[in-house]
Amino acid sequence: MAYRIMTTASAVPHKIVTNDDLAKILETSNDWIESRTGIIERHIAVDENTSDLCYRVAEKLLAQANVAPEQIKAIIIATMTPDYYTPATAAIVQGKLGATHAFAFDISAACSGFTYALSVARGYIQLPTDYVLVIGGEVTSKVLDWSDRSSAVLFGDGAAGVLLQGTPEKADGWYGEQLLTIGRQSEQLTSGYTPVTQANFGQVGQTHIQSTFFQMAGQAIYQFSTRQVPRAIEAAVLAAGLSLDQVDHFLVHQANARLITKMASQLNQPLTKFPMNLQHYGNTSAASIPLLLAEQVASGKIKRGDCCVLCGFGGGLTIGIQIIQY
Amino acid sequence: MTKAEILKKVQAVIAEQLDVEEKQVVPTANIREDLDADSLDIFEVMNQLEDDLEVKLDPDESIVTVQNVVDYIDQTMAK
Repeated sequence: MAYRIMTTASAVPHKIVTNDDLAKILETSNDWIESRTGIIERHIAVDENTSDLCYRVAEKLLAQANVAPEQIKAIIIATMTPDYYTPATAAIVQGKLGATHAFAFDISAACSGFTYALSVARGYIQLPTDYVLVIGGEVTSKVLDWSDRSSAVLFGDGAAGVLLQGTPEKADGWYGEQLLTIGRQSEQLTSGYTPVTQANFGQVGQTHIQSTFFQMAGQAIYQFSTRQVPRAIEAAVLAAGLSLDQVDHFLVHQANARLITKMASQLNQPLTKFPMNLQHYGNTSAASIPLLLAEQVASGKIKRGDCCVLCGFGGGLTIGIQIIQY
Repeated sequence: MTKAEILKKVQAVIAEQLDVEEKQVVPTANIREDLDADSLDIFEVMNQLEDDLEVKLDPDESIVTVQNVVDYIDQTMAK
């Protein structure tokens, strides 16, 4: 039993922060940010947490597909910025939706999270009446050091996802996948470290857990993104029995416009096959790919039958590739 | 490889990556300030040099000028 994507949806915070807004609080400028990263503006949550954004996505998905919450079998949310360590963001969303028959959990795989979540979801889809919500949602603004211009300008908040349904046609909707983890490089991209210290024991009145902001080893991550990721995409496409030329759309994690341009050239594919929306959202980690997918579907640029490669890459280090027919 | 040969290679790669003329890529040039490179540019230059010279480069913050790049590569290749 394969899955098909019934419908897509997204939800972003109402507050838009432009590069000029950032230039008021950081030593930077619109020209610098735009030319270096391609980002013009991003959405920043003010009064919504990750579960709120994900709930809005879930509501839209169910309404668009005319599926009742009680029909949902599973809710999987990919996030690195959950509301809580526990309960899972997906559990909160399940409660708000009234999806009383659904089990729910979060997946933590950073910017590959959505593609990892799709992989997990596939295992739950055995019947045409198995409906699974898969959502990527982040409030990255919670974990940014707003005094660090090298990272604060790159990220944004948002959520997006898909409603999956079982499809009786063999191999319809799904060509293949590849999930990779390079744990020995795990220290190169981190956020939210919770240390163990002498003070943990017997600490009375401990009201918060220490954490560190997002940090990244630039050169190593750049090499990873421009060497290992394109290689993994090519290998996954070939393993699925396809050629790169047969792929209609490469929906890659929206980390940086220059990186994506470089990836297209490494794969010897036209840049027109690599849609981008990071100009308006920044890097939204696990929400990045479904946000792009939802927009491309809504605008008609991705049509039914199109072959799409979804490729997330980032913290872990991880790479997640799903090759689907929309 | 002599330092002079390394310099020629570095000049060619930097000129191509930063879209400047090779004659601007003098040894004393500050890569960030004189040649208007950002960190992504430097990563890309290092990547290209790694591939072309078949040597593993792992530079740190001390790379400021073109000469720094040449010296670093020369040291790395000598190991």
